[in-house]
Amino acid sequence: MLKIRNLHASINGKEILKGVNLTIQDGQIHAIMGTNGAGKSTLSNVIVGNPLYRVTQGEITFNGQNLLELKPDERANMGIFMSFQQPVEIPGVSMTNFMRAAVNARYKAQGREQLSAGDFLKLMREKRKIVELDTKLTSRSVNEGFSGGEKKRNEIFQMAMLEPEFCILDETDSGLDVDALRIVAEGFNKLRKPNTSAMVITHYVRLLDYLKPDVVSVMIDGRIVKTGDATLAEMIEHRGFDWIKEEVGL
Amino acid sequence: MEDITRDIVNKDYEYGFTTDVETEVIDKGLSEDVVRLISEKKGEPEWLLEFRLQAYRYWAGQKQPEWGHLDMPEINYQDISYYADPTKSAMSGDSKEIDPELMKTFDKLGIPLEERMALAGTAVDAVMDSVSVKTTFSAKLKEMGIIFMSISEAVREHPDLVREYLGSVVPYRDNYFAALNSAVFSDGSFVYIPKGVRCPMELSTYFRINARGTGQFERTLIVCDDDAYVSYLEGCTAPMRDENQLHAAIVEIVVKENAEVKYSTVQNWYPGDKNGKGGVLNLVTKRGHLRGANSRLSWTQVETGSAVTWKYPSCVLSGDNSQAEFYSVAVTNNFQQADTGTKMIHIGRNTKSTIISKGISAGRSQNSYRGLVKVAPSAQGARNYSSCDSLLLGSKCGAHTFPYMDVRNSSAIVEHEATTSKISEEQLFYCQQRGINTEDAVSLIVNGYAKDVINKLPMEFAVEAQKLLGVSLEGSIG
Repeated sequence: MLKIRNLHASINGKEILKGVNLTIQDGQIHAIMGTNGAGKSTLSNVIVGNPLYRVTQGEITFNGQNLLELKPDERANMGIFMSFQQPVEIPGVSMTNFMRAAVNARYKAQGREQLSAGDFLKLMREKRKIVELDTKLTSRSVNEGFSGGEKKRNEIFQMAMLEPEFCILDETDSGLDVDALRIVAEGFNKLRKPNTSAMVITHYVRLLDYLKPDVVSVMIDGRIVKTGDATLAEMIEHRGFDWIKEEVGL
Repeated sequence: MEDITRDIVNKDYEYGFTTDVETEVIDKGLSEDVVRLISEKKGEPEWLLEFRLQAYRYWAGQKQPEWGHLDMPEINYQDISYYADPTKSAMSGDSKEIDPELMKTFDKLGIPLEERMALAGTAVDAVMDSVSVKTTFSAKLKEMGIIFMSISEAVREHPDLVREYLGSVVPYRDNYFAALNSAVFSDGSFVYIPKGVRCPMELSTYFRINARGTGQFERTLIVCDDDAYVSYLEGCTAPMRDENQLHAAIVEIVVKENAEVKYSTVQNWYPGDKNGKGGVLNLVTKRGHLRGANSRLSWTQVETGSAVTWKYPSCVLSGDNSQAEFYSVAVTNNFQQADTGTKMIHIGRNTKSTIISKGISAGRSQNSYRGLVKVAPSAQGARNYSSCDSLLLGSKCGAHTFPYMDVRNSSAIVEHEATTSKISEEQLFYCQQRGINTEDAVSLIVNGYAKDVINKLPMEFAVEAQKLLGVSLEGSIG
């Protein structure tokens, strides 16, 4: 379970999160929608410990453990995964070597035996199929020369490899065409285990049609201002955010 | 990035142990008498003493060069002992039993001296301080006519060969440190591959400076006759010392018609501590002469050690259609300084050279590539391709490129490319989000960056080099 209490965070001295409260239960899919600049991506990055952001107040716990005192890799090895909005390229480092290092680290944290090279490559093949990622891409350098859509698929592929307990999809749908969106979303659903939880950040209901969120929250100006079920997303799709702003007096 | 740059814990130099063996060291200082004493202790013939004396006299009249992009501590040449023999007690009598302490040292370094090396296909000539401790496999190689022994032995057993080639590629007048080495060189390896013979195993010398306050001046001479082939590996470590240790070596390689030599180095001499105290001054002259038509020579080096590195493994391409390659990864961290590169001198027709240099700078280190491509008027159709990349970790280090070109033949094609890049915080964070800790992430990225060079190393060496890159950069980012 992820629990966030009164979280304040800033970047370059500018406060973006102004007291976020949020709980995501195991097995739940929690969609976060909101206007541009509301702080949705900041929230994602703060949960995974991006050093660009500074937490000034509040707490985040995952399964009872205080995340704020852990390094990003320690958080990742607890089973927290973020699909990046804009995945960075790492020239010279092959996807295979990169994934090997990541899977080894995750297995080590779980106290599992490391995979042999053969078993690892087999796992790569299996998981690649789920998101229909081209073989050519896994032999290339990390994200280098990938199209926008390929990068997003590659993120879900990595998720498949690492089998996280809590996933953040940070605008995974942006830049994807209808078919790619379906492949990514269906891939995610296939990979999901009953207790896997996710925080899905999106502007569009299209992705949510596939993912079927249990809870939808609306974020405006650094706070979660309204929470409801999937019907809230439908209402936002039709009516935008202004009515919510009025309702909460913003 | 600054925080990141500051934090990672520095890993201490892994090979910083000293070996407790009885060592015979002569008094400090350098003079004609000392040169005579070294020659006498080694029981050398008159011609070699004469070679040493000429070199000494030339050296005594020269000044240490200052053109390197280096801030080097002053070397007091009279405060160094020029001869140390750790096998004095161990080798007494005819038993040639090796001191167990010495064997332990080599075990710690991971150099197997035993026959099991046959499985790995490597023959080792281990040099500790000035004397070659044990040459494995020489008997097996002997059957094929291959000579692989310490240069001192070679002087005794094959004086004509040594005399013919010693100083023929790097004359003692070549430079200040070459003159010094020629005067006082203690030991090193000698390799001769006869005509048409393909050496069936990698030949390897593991050098190690052990005795306190001694310099190491090894001398390596490799002669590869017509249609022959050899791959040679050189690995270096030194114990931790507060004071600077001087290492001024010479490697000479002669490559004849249709012959091929591959020379690979993994150098991790003690680089000094985190504050820049101590460390090896690595002032080395390495050169190959591609004498015959269609000859080939490649230098591959992974340099992570030494407080100061000053070396330019070079090739003189005399033979028509000869081909030379230089692949280098030079890593500097903390206060290390490296001024390294190569010289490609094209003389023969249709000669071809390739230079791939990858510099990696971290901490407050300075890393310079210095390379010369020279095309003589006779070198019709010569080609060179140079690519020099620099990777910076943090913002307090420096990377510099000094390419020199001197092209005297209009048919020559000379290309030079250079890039400078930085490991970004974004890349590191991406790795961390996938569970890879910062040190492993740096190692992953750096190895990816250097892989074009590392892939050129023989496989076992490549694995060692990869680990070394990671270890050397621990503490550079946090």
